[in-house]
Amino acid sequence: MKERGTDVGAERIRQLMMRSLDGELPAREQEELERFLAADPALREEWNRLVRLKEVTQSMMLRKPPDEVWKDYWASVYSRLERGIAWILLSIGAIVLISYGAWTGVQQLLANVTTPWFVKAAILATLVGLVVLFVSVVREKLYVGRREPYKDIER
Amino acid sequence: MEIALGEEAEASERALVLRARAGDRGAFGELVTRYMRRAYYVALGLVGSHDDALDLSQEAFVRAFRARASLDPDRPFYAWLYQIVRRLCFNYLRDRKTRSSRLEQAAPWLMDEVGGRMAESDPARSAERSELRERLEVAIEALPEREREVLVLKEFEGLRYREIAELVGIPIGTVMSRLYAARKRLAESLRGVL
Repeated sequence: MKERGTDVGAERIRQLMMRSLDGELPAREQEELERFLAADPALREEWNRLVRLKEVTQSMMLRKPPDEVWKDYWASVYSRLERGIAWILLSIGAIVLISYGAWTGVQQLLANVTTPWFVKAAILATLVGLVVLFVSVVREKLYVGRREPYKDIER
Repeated sequence: MEIALGEEAEASERALVLRARAGDRGAFGELVTRYMRRAYYVALGLVGSHDDALDLSQEAFVRAFRARASLDPDRPFYAWLYQIVRRLCFNYLRDRKTRSSRLEQAAPWLMDEVGGRMAESDPARSAERSELRERLEVAIEALPEREREVLVLKEFEGLRYREIAELVGIPIGTVMSRLYAARKRLAESLRGVL
């Protein structure tokens, strides 16, 4: 068939076939599809296969899970929400405690006159490094992320 | 199954969404109860196994609650939730693909014949139906995820093209193209038994 040979024609026929299979094709366009099918045996064969496939998929459904799934569903979501909050609290608490412990230790080391100078220098370097890293990450999140042109593109 | 709601249902959903947005867990629980089945089944259609579908659909609700500030009470809740479900499912499928081999990822698909397991008096016919179902499951599992998504929404959710286009965020023409591509692949895979 001449029209089927073109991209636009092929696309049109595919759309007609899909809409007809799914009951979304008006009678006038159904006649158009019938004309295409009558004129092209290969297309008719493809159509017949698609019709049989539709019959098969229509006779299948996703298996129902046991009823208990629905009874426990919200309780399970609720538990996850609670656990999420618990994890956040736990993380914040742990970060504060670890930071406080580290700071107290550092203060004692720095105040101690017997601490070698290179240990004090290493402490200072570690602190400065942490601050620079923190500022860099925050800046990236705040500025670069906001101007990222592809940030909304779904990966 | 439809996305659009009647006026009364729409008003009641809007009220629930507003309460959920304010952090009311009871209201959010009602939304969960209202949409848990759809979220589960669409996840099942996408990832193919009960445990994963349950886990991913529940995780979607958890994330929805955390992101409740971005909920728009004037738009259907399910359309918003669906975006979270599909993203979680696609990410999960990609992770699964990179983690395991093709054989391992072929999760047992959970499909049944409509009306439960129909009593088939002829054993040969019964075996034939069973084989057809298994081959269909494998063929759907092998579909590219975007095609599988549209097929699941059409065949198992029973949505119309316009609704699929709205949910997925693509033109109706693309819905039909993906559906055609999916069906063509399935028909190829089932050549000989169709």
